[in-house]
Amino acid sequence: MSQAVLSHQEDVDDFDDTVKVLGPWALVWRKFKRHRLAMWSGVVVALIYLVAILGEFLAPVQIHDTSVRNTFQPPQAIHFFVTREDGSREFLLHAKGMKMELDRVALRRTFTVDESKIIPLGFWVRGYEYKFLGLLPSKVHLFGPTNPRDTVYLLGADRLGRDVLSRIILGTRVSMSIGLVGVAVSLVIGVLLGGASGYYGGWIDGLIQRFIEFIRSVPTIPLWMGLAAAIPLDWPPLRTYFVVTIIVSMIGWTTLAREVRGKFLSLRNEDFIIAARLDGLTNWEIIVKHMVPSFSSHIIASLTLAVPLMILAETSLSFLGIGLQPPIVSWGTLLKEAQNIRSIIEAPWLLIAPGTMIVIAVLTLNFLGDGVRDAADPHAH
Amino acid sequence: MRTEAVPGALLEISGLKTHFFTEDGVVKAVDGVDLTVYQNRTICILGESGCGKSIMARSILRIVDAPGRITDGRILYRAADGREIDLATARQGSAQLRQIRGQDIAMIFQEPMTSLGPIQKIGKQIVETILLHRKVSKAEAKEEAIEMLDRVGIPDPRQRFEAYPFELSGGMRQRAMIAMALSCQPRLLIADEPTTALDVTTQAQILDLIAELKEEFAMAVMLITHDLGVVAEVAEDVAVMYMGRVVEEGDVYAIFENPQHPYTRALMASVPRIGVTKSGRLPAIKGMVPHPLARPSGCPFRTRCDSAMPGVCDTSVPDLVPAGDSRTACFLFSDATGNG
Amino acid sequence: MVPTLLLVSITTFVIIQLPPGDYLDSLAAEMGESGVDNTAVLESLRRQYGLGEPFYVQYFKWMRGILLEGDFGLSFEKNRPVTDLIWDRLGWTFGISIMTLLFIWLTALPIGIYSAVRKYSVGDYVATFFGFIGLAIPNFLLALVMMYVAFKFFGQSVGGLVSPEYLGEPWTWAKFVDLLKHIWMPIVVVGTSGAAALIRIMRANLLDELYRPYVVTARAKGMTEFQLLLRYPVRVALNPFISTIGWILPTLVSGEIIVAVVMNLPTTGPLLLRALLVQDMFLAGSLILIVSMLTVVGTLISDVLLALVDPRIRYQ
Repeated sequence: MSQAVLSHQEDVDDFDDTVKVLGPWALVWRKFKRHRLAMWSGVVVALIYLVAILGEFLAPVQIHDTSVRNTFQPPQAIHFFVTREDGSREFLLHAKGMKMELDRVALRRTFTVDESKIIPLGFWVRGYEYKFLGLLPSKVHLFGPTNPRDTVYLLGADRLGRDVLSRIILGTRVSMSIGLVGVAVSLVIGVLLGGASGYYGGWIDGLIQRFIEFIRSVPTIPLWMGLAAAIPLDWPPLRTYFVVTIIVSMIGWTTLAREVRGKFLSLRNEDFIIAARLDGLTNWEIIVKHMVPSFSSHIIASLTLAVPLMILAETSLSFLGIGLQPPIVSWGTLLKEAQNIRSIIEAPWLLIAPGTMIVIAVLTLNFLGDGVRDAADPHAH
Repeated sequence: MRTEAVPGALLEISGLKTHFFTEDGVVKAVDGVDLTVYQNRTICILGESGCGKSIMARSILRIVDAPGRITDGRILYRAADGREIDLATARQGSAQLRQIRGQDIAMIFQEPMTSLGPIQKIGKQIVETILLHRKVSKAEAKEEAIEMLDRVGIPDPRQRFEAYPFELSGGMRQRAMIAMALSCQPRLLIADEPTTALDVTTQAQILDLIAELKEEFAMAVMLITHDLGVVAEVAEDVAVMYMGRVVEEGDVYAIFENPQHPYTRALMASVPRIGVTKSGRLPAIKGMVPHPLARPSGCPFRTRCDSAMPGVCDTSVPDLVPAGDSRTACFLFSDATGNG
Repeated sequence: MVPTLLLVSITTFVIIQLPPGDYLDSLAAEMGESGVDNTAVLESLRRQYGLGEPFYVQYFKWMRGILLEGDFGLSFEKNRPVTDLIWDRLGWTFGISIMTLLFIWLTALPIGIYSAVRKYSVGDYVATFFGFIGLAIPNFLLALVMMYVAFKFFGQSVGGLVSPEYLGEPWTWAKFVDLLKHIWMPIVVVGTSGAAALIRIMRANLLDELYRPYVVTARAKGMTEFQLLLRYPVRVALNPFISTIGWILPTLVSGEIIVAVVMNLPTTGPLLLRALLVQDMFLAGSLILIVSMLTVVGTLISDVLLALVDPRIRYQ
């Protein structure tokens, strides 16, 4: 008897070891983890969003602080050791000061490294005051000159002597959040219209499909340019931000709506949906309880892939000067500083620094989206 | 030059192994097949799905898709001029191999729906085959293609010549496939389950057509099937395959009247016979085909065999030996000393 | 087709009407400042274009002018009819877009085929990598980078389609050569992301087809790998590829407009941007309208082309 019980117990253990019943999300996650590139891209994307959230805490300089003396100052390198007067070397994180000379004939400024001027740098330094996460007033910054009166331009300065690094850090917040908010807007439009199209079919479907085709067949940039140019310049920044977001989200929703519609159409005739209908569930219950869960992983994948599109759109519009306007700092408005070849040649960092950020963000978001899509697709091998 | 080829043999396969190197392990789809195809005879390869019969047939033409490849064995083809060519070692993509494909040995497939190029006209695909292998003008090739279409029983061949595959029914497409395969008068036609995807009446028509054309063109036919009825209808020789090996071969009367291998016997017993009234269920072969990655040691059939002998069947793999009127790979008929 | 064009025209008109006020308001303000009283002129302009009248009246007046007289209205800023200003620039925009399309095809097709046939080879990884980079760099950024590189390392003058000394000159062989020296850059810049996308599409399409039974059939017929590759799977994979013209043309036109602003090309881009910024409504509206319409027509042509090459679509 006891033996029988024992062997039964073993069977159960055996079952637990070999056949783990994983939920759909666990399966997606397991597949996603195997996608190394997507995993690492996910980490990078998370870091970028972290930068966006922390913002001022990471930015060593006030982003609107101008300085005539530092106009177009090149990036300063970080040094690790200082040589004392007695010749000994000592570890001290610092940057070297820069001397500006004005060539009155060529009307050009040249900067040379001033070996004698040492700007000590450190972590957890005091600087300008800001509100941490928008709530707690604080003066502590992660990194910067230890003397609050020093300024350092690790990625150089722009035409008004503003710190490019700090501006990129705070621009991250605007650019990356436009991606998220824009995606949220297109999610709502896309799911509503796509869902209606796929669920009801008939003339509603026809109408919505024609509309989507129309939007897709028209070149978007001129239309956005028209829309964006209609934003009055005197609007408060926040309102401009939202309108630009909505304009930008106009691109994403058509793809999403098509996808949702396709899923709806294929699901509508699945046995489990018919069973649910025969059980007397209302349309709404069927959609929310059965249909949406069965394609939410696909939606998440398309959303991830839509974020970089939004970011690129915002950047393009702001670059042209008809998207976000100057008091707002985004990667696009930063690139606007590098609009003509002369300023690029004089100050290449104005192009390279924000450009690199855009490429990294878009690239990692694409890899991440690809990974999510592959993981979410049950038919992929 | 080897001289061991049997007189009258067109194709002699010995020790053929085609393995698939997948991420999960090596799948031994074909694992030591010995088989002879004789001129002007129809041989049926009989076996359950997944037993390796299709892969074996594709190995002959060297059209096994990656990650599969021939790892061992010989496929000796005796050409019309008497030369013997080992297809198993012929260089992939060589002119010699390409000459044999389509011209000497032609093949038709299970899925007539997908086996023809989807957006090219039927006629063009046949003409293309003719032009590949024969020195004729385009116009002559076209006339021949139309003649072939007529010969395989496609009505209005001149119009069908201009048709796309999706415009034809399944049976018509398979006829077109046959016309294409036979357009260069091959010496061997390999038909890989040519009727599985067709409905029953069409099946019979296609089988009749193949039998008829076999006589007319004096060619050998290798017909791969899992349908015992088909075998009974058209076969002259039969080879029964199980898990990548031929377990019994012989002529059709020997196999049907006097099967020797326990697997063949079980297969024959599982067929309902008209006129024989039996009470109860039809006998079925017990168990299931083992997973390809979990091949049993020794005789692959021993796990399902009623006559399995512990200590014998699980130690080594039996060779084909004469037994009854056929040749059988089973330790009931041979000593366990032959093969390791 | 016709409903789409109608919708395009209405959308365009709505968009150019969105900004509060109109150009005549600012013109009047300017004139008021300089003390010139031109109320009569302004009034006649207002009447002619129905400014200040209800939206639909303005729209009908504008459309009637276009449809019946080919009159797209007046560019207020330049005080010239819109038709005088736009055709040259539209020609360049579409010329560059179509050349870009050719460039994309010529690069994406062989690279896509190579990537699929030699899946997971070094070449495939390189193509995939560049594909992702191409997708991640916005057009205008690539334009800036290329201009910088060309100037810094090759000392090439950038911007424009011809060197300054040829501006306004009649067309000669030398000018043509000079044009070729300039025009490749916008083509490459505009085409990179499209080419990257098409390489991925071609690769995926071809991978879908490469292991189909009909490929095995062709192989069993004795065709060489190259022959059968081009005649069967590539031929089939080409069809969805052709249909991509439909969506790639709008993005090319969009891309060209942005790149033209950066590179200062004599195309619609800079003109449109300027017109939008100063609310030169008829000029901006006409540009958006014509660019959109030509794109829609291009998409239609690609649909027709697709039906021509794919018998299955014709059959439906």
